[in-house]
Amino acid sequence: MSASTVIFYILAAVIIGGGMLAVTERKIFRSAVYLLFSLVGIAGLYFYLNYEFLGAVQIVVYVGGIVVLIIFSIFLTVESGSDMKNPNFIRALFSVLAAVFATSLVLWILKAHTFVASTTEALEPSTRNIGRQMLSTGEHGYILPFEVVSILLLAAMIGCIVIAMKLKPKA
Amino acid sequence: MNEIGLMHILVISTSLFFIGVYGFLTRRNMISMLMSVELILNAVNLNFVAFNKFLYPGQLSGLFFIIFNIAIAAAEAAVAIAIIINLYRNHRSIDINDATTMKF
Amino acid sequence: MPETIYIALIPLLPILSFLLIALVGRRYFPQICGLLGTLSLLSSFVISAIVAYQYFFVVGKVNGIYKQIIVFKYAWLQFNSNISIDMGLLLDPISVMMISIITFISLMVHIYSLGYMKGDPRISTYYSFLSLFTFSMLGLVLSTNIFQMYIFWELVGVSSFLLIGFYYTKPSAVAASKKAFIVTRFADLGFLIGILILSYYTDSLDFQGIIKKATDPSFIGSLASVSFMGLSVLTWGLVLVFIGGAGKSAMFPLHIWLPDAMEGPTPVSALIHAATMVVAGVYIVARLFPVFTFTCPDALQVVAYVGIFSSLFAALIACTQTDIKRVLAYSTISQIGFMMFALGVSGYGGEQGLGFMASMFHLFTHSIFKALLFLGAGSVIHYVHSNDMKDMGGLRKLMPITHLTFLIACLAIAGVPPFAGFFSKEEILLAAWQSNKLIFYAAIFTATLTAFYVFRLYFQIFWSKTFSAHHDQSDAPEHKHGEAPFSMLLPLIILGLLSIVAGLVPFGHFVSSDGEVLNTELHLGFSIAPVVLGLLGIGLALLFYKKENDKPNRMASALSGFYTGALHKFYIDEIYLFVTRKVIFNLIGRPAAWFDKTVVDGSMNGITSFTTSFSGWIKGIQSGKLQDYTLYFFSGLIGFVLLVIYLWT
Repeated sequence: MSASTVIFYILAAVIIGGGMLAVTERKIFRSAVYLLFSLVGIAGLYFYLNYEFLGAVQIVVYVGGIVVLIIFSIFLTVESGSDMKNPNFIRALFSVLAAVFATSLVLWILKAHTFVASTTEALEPSTRNIGRQMLSTGEHGYILPFEVVSILLLAAMIGCIVIAMKLKPKA
Repeated sequence: MNEIGLMHILVISTSLFFIGVYGFLTRRNMISMLMSVELILNAVNLNFVAFNKFLYPGQLSGLFFIIFNIAIAAAEAAVAIAIIINLYRNHRSIDINDATTMKF
Repeated sequence: MPETIYIALIPLLPILSFLLIALVGRRYFPQICGLLGTLSLLSSFVISAIVAYQYFFVVGKVNGIYKQIIVFKYAWLQFNSNISIDMGLLLDPISVMMISIITFISLMVHIYSLGYMKGDPRISTYYSFLSLFTFSMLGLVLSTNIFQMYIFWELVGVSSFLLIGFYYTKPSAVAASKKAFIVTRFADLGFLIGILILSYYTDSLDFQGIIKKATDPSFIGSLASVSFMGLSVLTWGLVLVFIGGAGKSAMFPLHIWLPDAMEGPTPVSALIHAATMVVAGVYIVARLFPVFTFTCPDALQVVAYVGIFSSLFAALIACTQTDIKRVLAYSTISQIGFMMFALGVSGYGGEQGLGFMASMFHLFTHSIFKALLFLGAGSVIHYVHSNDMKDMGGLRKLMPITHLTFLIACLAIAGVPPFAGFFSKEEILLAAWQSNKLIFYAAIFTATLTAFYVFRLYFQIFWSKTFSAHHDQSDAPEHKHGEAPFSMLLPLIILGLLSIVAGLVPFGHFVSSDGEVLNTELHLGFSIAPVVLGLLGIGLALLFYKKENDKPNRMASALSGFYTGALHKFYIDEIYLFVTRKVIFNLIGRPAAWFDKTVVDGSMNGITSFTTSFSGWIKGIQSGKLQDYTLYFFSGLIGFVLLVIYLWT
């Protein structure tokens, strides 16, 4: 068993274990921290697959942004030290069954399916290539989605401010 | 175990996806549900990476999808948290079952 | 008849006035509603007088026989080539006679009511009901079709119900109206079945068609094999029709509603329950008379015996009652019994048809003098504010005109010559004498009783003790006005005059069983016995009631058992109550109600409660909770995928 395989399994364990703990932990703050582990594990997996840029984005946006945002909102809303309520037993049972069933079903389909890889020459996922394609207007250019996403982000920003803004009581 | 391949990553992503689904189904706290949704999104992202890496190495489409996904996820999380905070202000609770004002 | 369609105005004017008063007048011009109704009826009366003149003297007679004329006929519901429900107008001697008498009495009652009902807040409603009744009654007598008659028959029942229950705040009036409606409705069931049987076997709903087919000898022969319990089906049909007629005409044992119907306003009693509606039963028998005589003499026997029994029975009860309107009600039953048995003993055509003619004649005269009696009684009640004889007495000086007209009416009903009742009653008795001696003796006894009880009534009201204000309203204003207002006196005077002269009409020239002229002469020798007996009855009443004395009480105690029975109307009401409450309710009603509640309702309720709980459960699925929906979504997805896999492998 090579070192890289070992690393892969460690990452897989971190991702799955972090995810499981994140959805079962009863203290919400700890839950957020486990989510953080899971996301970092995914970033690690990106690095492992040689997508360095993607790993960096994952860490910056998810770990540095979204999870921090979530933790902030936890502080703002609930008492982070208290336990969350246990889920309804029957609901939990059915959810487990649904999850397990669906997982095994998907895995079974995956096992039955043969993936055919394309034979084209590999393109290095370097930051340089990403940057060129991102702003290219030609084939494999992503300038339009890029602009659209920028508008979306602007809209989301304004929307957040408007929603979360405290309305002053009228005099 | 031999070489790490497509299947390994797909197994991880599938598991993570349904862990997220389980969390989404059982959690009653809205922030926890949001966290479960993030898990689901990441499972999807992982799939994109895997397919791009192992099946279509000649292009970067999967990668770009992930980038846009992350951007959209960030926007979504921001809006969701804004809504949750606003709800908390009005109801003093972020339990999904307490938000029944608009129910018929 | 030229331009005959104007005849349709006779029934149409009252219905127009009903609609106008009920829909518009009641709200916008309630003061003149009475006048409006009276005027429309006046026009109706004038038209029917013209029609009667035209029919009897100008066009009706063809070769010495009065023909049936169908003025207008419209097939309303066509069932097959023969059977249809028509709407039409039929003129023949009896219908023309009936429309004249109905419009006339109704007009008198309308005029009378202007005074009688004055000041009643619901006078406009009252007039609308009167118009409705008049319309229905006219439609009934003008029907060409037995089903059309049935429709109007029911309408008459409804308007009678409305008018009896006119004082609907009085529980007794409500009970009486319900009683009248239910009893007559029950009888109408017989009528309807009778109609169905007749029309099924004769293949027609038309009076002419039925009569033509049913009196055809070959047809009678063909039906001989079709019988039920020893009587032919046509006899059963006619008996059932007669049950309907007996219900409306208050024949024993369906008479119980009529005395109670006196809860309505007195002019209504005069119009409906004395002069017009109650003779509908006589009219239907007369209308189908050829069928009765030729085809089913057995049914006619039933009519005769029911008639004479009711007549005697009601006369006996009338002798004991103290409510003056009830006395008159029983007297009405008795007189209608006279008409019924006169029809029952009659034959068809020529001298044989004397009973038919006499019955119609008595119907005619009785309408006049009975209306007069009721209206007179109405005046008295209006004055005394009581229905009970014990509260009256010595009124002859206070109400001279009422007194005089009432006396005329009493003499007429008692059969004293030359008043109206004498002639018609003599002919009835003669017809009975010629055909059935048993009925004759019963009838003559009844006639004596009639004379006795009407004069008992008369003396108790107008003589006996002096009228003292023993209803303690010594300064009540009604004491001052004395006689009734003019609008009430006018009909009394007109009717009084007619009661004197109506008997002199040569009735046989106009109405007879076969349309030919029937000459009747007075058999003076025959008339002696009835007149003497009638005078005897009057004398007895004079002896007993002219002055207050204890003879009536001694008489009553001498006949104690019988007297008590008659006083309680021979317990017929009690028997009905026993049969309905104890027998029908307990043995049929309760189990049926139980079955209805537990089995029928129970199964329905079970279905609804199951649906409710089931939908409640489904509603729980539709919770509005996002997580629930997601769970269903995944469960469904898995189920679906499993199904696909199962089918593929």
